[in-house]
Amino acid sequence: MNEFFQQLISGTAVGCVYALVALGFVLIYKATDVVNFAHGEVMMIGAFLGLTFIDTLHFPYWLGVIAAVACMTVFGALLNRFLLRPLAGQGILSVIVVTLGLSILLRAFASVMWGPETFPLETPFSRKVVRIADLVLSQEHVAIIVLTVLLVAALYAFFRYSRLGIAMQATSENQLAAYYVGIPVNRVHSMIWALGAAIAGIAGIMLAPISFVQVNMGYVGLKAFPAAVLGGFGSIPGAIVGGIIIGVVESMAVLYLPEGFNNVAAYLLLLIVLMVRPQGLFGVQTKRRV
Amino acid sequence: MHFPMKTSYRDDLHLFKDRSSVVLYLFLFAFLIALPFVTGDYVQSQVTFVFINGMVAMGMMLLVGHTGQISLGHAAFFAVGAYTSTVLEIRGIPFLPAFAAAGALSAIIGLIIGLPALRLKGIYLAMATLAFSFIVEEVIVRWSSVTKGNRGMTVPDASIFGFKVSSVTHVYYLSGVVFWLVVLVIINILRSRTGRALGALRDSDVAAESMGINLAMFKTAAFAISAAITGLAGALYAHKLAYISPEQFGIMLSVEFLMIIIVGGLGSLHGAVFGSIFFIVLPQIIVTVKAYLPQKVAELPVLDSATFGVLVILFVLFEPRGLNGYWVRFKAYLSLYPFYRRGMFRRSRIGSADLIKH
Repeated sequence: MNEFFQQLISGTAVGCVYALVALGFVLIYKATDVVNFAHGEVMMIGAFLGLTFIDTLHFPYWLGVIAAVACMTVFGALLNRFLLRPLAGQGILSVIVVTLGLSILLRAFASVMWGPETFPLETPFSRKVVRIADLVLSQEHVAIIVLTVLLVAALYAFFRYSRLGIAMQATSENQLAAYYVGIPVNRVHSMIWALGAAIAGIAGIMLAPISFVQVNMGYVGLKAFPAAVLGGFGSIPGAIVGGIIIGVVESMAVLYLPEGFNNVAAYLLLLIVLMVRPQGLFGVQTKRRV
Repeated sequence: MHFPMKTSYRDDLHLFKDRSSVVLYLFLFAFLIALPFVTGDYVQSQVTFVFINGMVAMGMMLLVGHTGQISLGHAAFFAVGAYTSTVLEIRGIPFLPAFAAAGALSAIIGLIIGLPALRLKGIYLAMATLAFSFIVEEVIVRWSSVTKGNRGMTVPDASIFGFKVSSVTHVYYLSGVVFWLVVLVIINILRSRTGRALGALRDSDVAAESMGINLAMFKTAAFAISAAITGLAGALYAHKLAYISPEQFGIMLSVEFLMIIIVGGLGSLHGAVFGSIFFIVLPQIIVTVKAYLPQKVAELPVLDSATFGVLVILFVLFEPRGLNGYWVRFKAYLSLYPFYRRGMFRRSRIGSADLIKH
């Protein structure tokens, strides 16, 4: 039983990382219609920035995190301005291909900048445990879950109560109408990209102690996409729930299914959900006018 | 812009556009047949890879360019083809039946993956095919009693009616013949009723359905045909490399196939072939250019992939019609010689297609 709970917690922690990457992915998709296949690589860049600030420049942990996230916001806004805004109006295939190209580029960039090795990142939670009754949980996992809950609560408040958050929602709902009521749509798009990249950066830094910082950690993005689709592509709560489901299913597959299933559990689940409910768990089936 | 004047429906169905293109193709055939007599193994190998990639690209073009379905899973069909033919031939089955089986099994798997495609569109379809591709890769790794798992398999020489296809030149001719047969099949599909149905459902599936086109049938058929062609190419690829292992068929291969047709130019078979040539020639160009780069830059292991990434992005941003766009303009330039103007092929920015959301 203990083993089950430990797997459950570690699965949830990894699921939280998927959820955050998926969240940024969905935010960007909803607002700008861009399917960002490079979001996992954006996360990887965030983790490397965290590594640079904390390990190489010896910033205190939290200051390093803040500095990395600040860099990520700028990075996200620049990506939007120079790569994706020129694509406005082109088909979904062009966007997919450009972001796939971007993911290759970012991987190449990271291996030039930081090298192909794997780097450990020391955190205040490393090698500490939390004991609840006779459960022994790694503090890193618990910290990820707590941080994700805080972050999601903050984002909820931001989208619900702040002027900018509401403007972002309006832009996602209907760009033209948002433009007519005086929302600077282009600037809001850049801000959404900044926000998405920042969230990915946080996810990357949180993931660092679990999977180490390395060029290929962006492949986590390939698990975050099924999470987003599972939740129904345009749904923010869906992305979070989808991410956690995938994390938990994966870790349960380690425990209960033959070896090998844990690698593909996310995808099997995705295919099943798409067969049964093509719009995802939380998605709304949109009727299209012709 | 130059269009041949078509005066009857029959004109629209001709295999060749006009007499001059028949002559051009004859020259091309003569060149390809003569190639092994004038060049060595290296050039023949490269052209063989162009044939193989070209087949995959045409298969994908049929699905992505002409039918408008997105696939990020073609590496899986490629792998199924390669493994089916290898596994059968190791057990002593001659090449032709094994080759046919490779195509057939890929087609069946294409049909299965085509079924969710009936309900899925755009990004959902991309995800479903991606998921499928991961699953196939994992199955190949784990099913080691048949596929030898991560150790990979050595592919025996193909034997056709007792004749061993062993040398580079043999494989070259074999791939060449299959390539041109596939070209013929795809052209015939595209200029027939089926091809027009596929184009219609790409442009608007609702309109196509209201014209009486059976969406379910044509979408799954497009998947099956595309998968079958990719599977055949996979079988040839196995013979070309003589060794296959699961990591050759990862997600990056699917991405590369997609990039080939984007760089080539969506919606044209010429584009598929141009794209494949480009992806074979580019590494050579990079090697040549490397000699002139500072040593620090030239030694970077990521130079190839970064160049691919940059080029693909540039193509989509600045030349969405791909290499085929250049080819069409070059032909127009020649045929119109003193009168060609730069703006002739400029697209208007406000197309109706841009206003309708996918």
